[in-house]
Amino acid sequence: MTEIQLKQIRKSYGNVEVIHGIDLTVNSGEFCVFVGPSGCGKSTLLRIIAGLDDVTSGTVEIDGETVNGVTASERGLAMVFQSYALYPHMSVYKNMAFGLENAKLPKAEIDRKVRDTAELLQITDYLDRKPKALSGGQRQRVAIGRAIVRDPKAFLFDEPLSNLDAELRVTMRKELSALHAKMGDTMIYVTHDQVEALTLADKIVVLQKGRIEQVGPPLDLYNKPQNVFVAGFIGSPRMNLIDATAVAGPEGLTLTAPNLSVFVGKIAGLEAGARCTLGIRPEHVLLNTGGTPDTTCEVIFTEQLGGETYLYCDVEGLPQITIQQVGQLPFVKGQSLELNFARENLHVFDADGQVLVNGLGG
Amino acid sequence: MADTSTQPRTLKSLITARRGRGRLHWTDVFSYTYLFLGVLLMFGPVVWLVLSSFKTPAGLIEFPPTLLPLGQIEVVVEGYEKPLLLFDVVQEDGTTKQLAQVRRIGIISQMVDPENPDKTVRVPIDQRVKVREFRLAVENYTDPLKRFNFVGFLNNSIIVTTVATVITLLINSMAAYALSIYEFRGRNAIMLFVICTLMIPITVILVPVYLVVTQLGMINSLWAVILPGAATPTGVFLLRQYMLTIPKDLIEAARMDKASEWSIYSKVVMPLTMPAIAVLAIFSIMWRWNEFLWPLIVLTRTEVHTLQVGLNAFQGELNVQWHYILAMTVVTLIPVVVVFAFLQKFITTGIASSGMK
Repeated sequence: MTEIQLKQIRKSYGNVEVIHGIDLTVNSGEFCVFVGPSGCGKSTLLRIIAGLDDVTSGTVEIDGETVNGVTASERGLAMVFQSYALYPHMSVYKNMAFGLENAKLPKAEIDRKVRDTAELLQITDYLDRKPKALSGGQRQRVAIGRAIVRDPKAFLFDEPLSNLDAELRVTMRKELSALHAKMGDTMIYVTHDQVEALTLADKIVVLQKGRIEQVGPPLDLYNKPQNVFVAGFIGSPRMNLIDATAVAGPEGLTLTAPNLSVFVGKIAGLEAGARCTLGIRPEHVLLNTGGTPDTTCEVIFTEQLGGETYLYCDVEGLPQITIQQVGQLPFVKGQSLELNFARENLHVFDADGQVLVNGLGG
Repeated sequence: MADTSTQPRTLKSLITARRGRGRLHWTDVFSYTYLFLGVLLMFGPVVWLVLSSFKTPAGLIEFPPTLLPLGQIEVVVEGYEKPLLLFDVVQEDGTTKQLAQVRRIGIISQMVDPENPDKTVRVPIDQRVKVREFRLAVENYTDPLKRFNFVGFLNNSIIVTTVATVITLLINSMAAYALSIYEFRGRNAIMLFVICTLMIPITVILVPVYLVVTQLGMINSLWAVILPGAATPTGVFLLRQYMLTIPKDLIEAARMDKASEWSIYSKVVMPLTMPAIAVLAIFSIMWRWNEFLWPLIVLTRTEVHTLQVGLNAFQGELNVQWHYILAMTVVTLIPVVVVFAFLQKFITTGIASSGMK
């Protein structure tokens, strides 16, 4: 059981600072996912924790002990690389045993551990093969096995599934999740795929440009994004984000944009005349069933997935609006639709992109 | 081209492969001519060397030269102590008869019929032709082995070559490891410096190195040959460039696996660098085996001579024993050829065996 703490971590390459002071605690036994677009610093952060990169300032603590000066090999962590990084000249067995041999364990114990782990990951049949004779999924398993066999304090995964095909990725995702449930070790997982993040994590850390945008459980991030970036990044298809202006009316504020007006009443922190961003997830855009619609749009493209239908609609002067509807709906291109935004799921962000409200009461 | 790639390639189909289907394309003619010239250029001298090494000294200086080693037939004739050389002689009646030469005086040769040894005849030398047969002068090989300290030279050469190659591979690979795996300030500057030393010809450093070797008391010991050339800039460069292609992830994975620097070097990097090591090994073996100038300078006593220096003994001031030199050159070629035959498959094995994605 291992707790990992980052305190004011900064990292610069020359004059370029890529990590701008990150504070984070990964609790013992937690599955923590770092997610963010390419170049957001998530891999760098992982490498800093692993000890493969040095910090420019700040401290890394493992179980309360500062490990800044401790080398990667002494930190007791295991890492699974995106490229798997299996030793090509060694058999699967040797690959897994290498770390234990370096730790100078007795031969019998090494053999027992390797075979137990192989059993766990169902790779016993390939123990004598070289990595090049394995498929992508099998290599991935060996890479994970190589990490597990050493019984590390914590696991670090650097985009481990990104080289697998879509189907295998889903399977491995489930297996990883099951593995975590079985072993209960602390795991830190880096990915750019927010679906992976949502499905695997106990805690998601959303990073952008070397800063933490939000930390929290998956559904918290989905339901209560703290800012426009998280709102747009988490969830697929993306949340509809529309720039609007708050206009005062007799009964409260109305958010307006060209061909759109959404009555919101009173929102703390939002004054009449202020710019804001309105966010609504595709599944919360409702088809008008009577009353005044918030906007009227034209269907330009539909995607039928069987269980649900995605509609991509244009409104003059607004960005494209995505609508998600359950079932197989017979909409055609060019059809005009009246839309309402579910107020209880409406997100409003201020001009700086920070959240004002996640869902209007009532 | 399509049909050859689908069929399993036999040696015959490989040798007779052509571009045009069924017919000879002009590129076929061109390619085969070019390749044939290449083979001739590469193997011609070697074949000539091997054939000539079996010729007698007389056969070597003969004009016009013959391709095959031919020896003149000698016969034992009753009444003569030594075997006599056999000639075809054109008789006065126009027939040809085989006679043995007793002695030659000026342009007249005194000859005897082996079947009728009592009677000698006088024949002008332009009327006789040597009777020759294909004969290998094996004594070119056996004599030096007996008369000269060939085994000693061979021994010295083998010691120098193996020890020097092992040291070269070890030192060069460690230097290459440091210059490729570690990232530190001035890494490229050091590499450049190493490569710059390639520009210094051996003749320039001959005297200083000789002085150093003398001061260290290594003159006339094999170490004097082994040590000065142990670290080669070519080797460092070759291995370093190869090691740069090893994925960084592998090194980091090994670090995470608690591997010490030494075991990363010996268990991860070295096995993956095998193709480059093999190339360097071949080079080093060839360099050391064929090295002549430096050993000639520092090894003055016969006991410590290497083969190449030993061969020099056949070359006197007034008289060059070409038959021995040629024969011993063939012998010295053999180890290099064997080594090359064994190691060449490593050269073609690239990092294809990489376990990366």
